[in-house]
Amino acid sequence: MAQHVAQPTATTPVVPAKLPLKAIAPWAVFFGILMLILLYFVGAEQGATSVFSGTDVHEWVHDARHLLGFPCH
Amino acid sequence: MNSATVRNLLVRGMLAGLAAGVLALVVAYLLGEPNVDKAIGFEESHSHEHEMEVVSRSLQSTAGLATGVLVYGVAFGGIAALAYCFALGRVGRFSPRATALLLSGCALLAVYVVPFLKYPANPPSVGDPDTIGKRTTLYFLMMVLSVLLAIAATLLGKRLAPGLGTWWATVVAVAAFAVVIGLAYAFLPVVNEVPEHFPATLLWRFRLSALAIQAVLWGGFGLLFGELAERQLNPKPAGAASGRAVPAAH
Repeated sequence: MAQHVAQPTATTPVVPAKLPLKAIAPWAVFFGILMLILLYFVGAEQGATSVFSGTDVHEWVHDARHLLGFPCH
Repeated sequence: MNSATVRNLLVRGMLAGLAAGVLALVVAYLLGEPNVDKAIGFEESHSHEHEMEVVSRSLQSTAGLATGVLVYGVAFGGIAALAYCFALGRVGRFSPRATALLLSGCALLAVYVVPFLKYPANPPSVGDPDTIGKRTTLYFLMMVLSVLLAIAATLLGKRLAPGLGTWWATVVAVAAFAVVIGLAYAFLPVVNEVPEHFPATLLWRFRLSALAIQAVLWGGFGLLFGELAERQLNPKPAGAASGRAVPAAH
């Protein structure tokens, strides 16, 4: 029979293995920027600055902007 | 293999963020919207010019609100999952689940509560449209500052831990964070654009509901993402053992 490595039980605190920074970096850079762009459109587009002209984006997320704490108008 | 772990955690973070966003949306609709409506009522009774509606109120308070809150949930879920990949195994002796809840709690404080205490959420009719640029800059500045200082405090605590022990290293790091944030509060400009006769109770209730939305969002995210991360990183020993015990069963 093969020897099994002892499985940790629920009560033993086990420090999880670290993920190497090199493995995280590409995901962090690409998705980090993508997520920040999403936040920009919810939080600030057509308020302080505009990528698109008009007020459609601002008006559509108007209530969310107020309730999520972003300065709206 | 590690890159796949990061990808899986990221996907789970965004899904947990979406689910937490749904919970936050319920709170926003039930607790927040009545206050938004009252504030708009105040605005209309105090101004004679009527603006043309680009998006109707019924759409703003439902589909518009949902778009904003859910996108916010997914975006912060993704960012929190990436931060989690860095924090995992690096912040102390915490299980994957506990690390997720700890990170989520810190994110609630650093991303929302600390900026909120200086520049709180404002209902419609509070805030001069001419200063939107300045207020947006200050709000994002406060948010970035708070997040960077929270990261710096964590690194400081880690560095002090071998000498002071975990307890006192944490106390010193939190105190250092509080002092620098206090200085930022003291030196950044004050924004007070509450119109005369705006009901104080309405302002208070609006801000409480804004805080409740964030508490539910980050609390829900921490619990959901923690569970998903725990299952991904520590598969159930019972299931794994029974899978290996009878390899020739099929």
